[in-house]
Amino acid sequence: MTQLSQKHLLGIKDITEKDIQLIFDTADTFKEVINRPIKKVPSLRDITIANIFFENSTRTRLSFELAEKRLSADVINFSASSSSVKKGETLLDTVNNILSMKVDMIVMRHASPGAPHFLSNHIDANIVNAGDGTHEHPTQALLDSYSIREKLGDVAGKKVAIIGDILHSRVAISNIFALQKQGAEVMVCGPNTLLPKHIASLGVKVELDVRKALEWCDVANVLRIQLERMQIKYFPSLREYSLYYGINLKLLESLNKEIVIMHPGPINRGVELASDVADSKHAIILDQVQNGVAIRMAVLYLLASQPGA
Amino acid sequence: MQKRLILNPDLLSITVNRLCHQLIENHNNFENTVLVGLQPRGKFLLDIIVEHLQDLAGVKVTHGYLDTTFYRDDFRRRDTPAKARETKIDFIVEGKKVVLIDDVLYTGRTVRAAIDALLAYGRPEKVELLVLIDRRYSRDLPVAANYVGRRVNTMDSQKVLVQLEPTKQNKVWLINEE
Repeated sequence: MTQLSQKHLLGIKDITEKDIQLIFDTADTFKEVINRPIKKVPSLRDITIANIFFENSTRTRLSFELAEKRLSADVINFSASSSSVKKGETLLDTVNNILSMKVDMIVMRHASPGAPHFLSNHIDANIVNAGDGTHEHPTQALLDSYSIREKLGDVAGKKVAIIGDILHSRVAISNIFALQKQGAEVMVCGPNTLLPKHIASLGVKVELDVRKALEWCDVANVLRIQLERMQIKYFPSLREYSLYYGINLKLLESLNKEIVIMHPGPINRGVELASDVADSKHAIILDQVQNGVAIRMAVLYLLASQPGA
Repeated sequence: MQKRLILNPDLLSITVNRLCHQLIENHNNFENTVLVGLQPRGKFLLDIIVEHLQDLAGVKVTHGYLDTTFYRDDFRRRDTPAKARETKIDFIVEGKKVVLIDDVLYTGRTVRAAIDALLAYGRPEKVELLVLIDRRYSRDLPVAANYVGRRVNTMDSQKVLVQLEPTKQNKVWLINEE
């Protein structure tokens, strides 16, 4: 198979295991490209991509922009804070205005779950979801699985624990779908208040004790506490959260086994991860960031290469 | 479908032998020369040539594989997207004499893409082209090979099938599709 089953990348839920493998195989070749003396290929030189960010982002946006530039695409950037959205323009109007300037692809982050899905019903351009509220963040899940594959050889059969604020995390949802499609076992772990009520219905194990989760898993994907999404208090204090759920080197070394520590960033050092873990050999956090560019190049390349796209 | 054998295993081995001697003639001990096979099918010819040069001249020639997918000019114009393959160039290209190796030279577009792809690794002193089969009179671009195994006159409706997989007998056919 040489092409994706979907015209857009809206979420991991919509794509198949074969799509994921195709993206990974393509990312392998791009990873080689970004380690060359000239880190650029001319594939998308006739394509214009708009990065539309209605929500703040550093890593994802830089990563997408680098991926686009290394594929030689023309790139325009748009962030809601400095735009006419503040003057009351609707999402569809904003996007249609951008598209009428002959843009071929849209990379969008939006605070409302489902915003890219809504858009995909109304416009022709390819859409890549760069995070929609608390729903999905497909490229992050892809790069997480890709990093696991790179580190451990395979995703199938591995045990992955997602630890932290599951309730507000699009990374968690996308990761659960991605890992399950590839045949990994998934556990979520966090304080009861930060676990969605029916999360077990997705077929994941639920654990409240972080030590037990670490004893079970091969890979721990540690998530940030998303204070900006919390309107009420879910736990007494950050200090208490880090006492019960924070991961430090002492805890890791008491396990008598090697586990891989991942984090999608940004890290709140001393809260979910202690510095001695974040900077240790257990952590592959910076590998994740590098793989992010290769994965996004693969996604953009594969979407753009569809005939008639 | 009609299939006509244009190179049988014996002839093909003589041809490869000649190509290797021509390479030795021009590159002496291959001190400053690297061989680069174009993915996917030039790789097989490259492997055969590298092995043969080892037997003939006793030199282990530096070699690698180059994938041209991302440099092709028919991106988005094909019916099915091309699948990218491994590029493996773990040597310095800067200042080297590079011999690109492919099985069939047809429109010249792959070679154009390959030169582009190669330049991303540095500025070679010289780039040459070696092909097993040169399909004459069908070039879209002004490209010519320095070393040619066999020249054949073909029509666009015909295909050249080169079989060089290690597990099978080496053969080349000309195929007429009705």
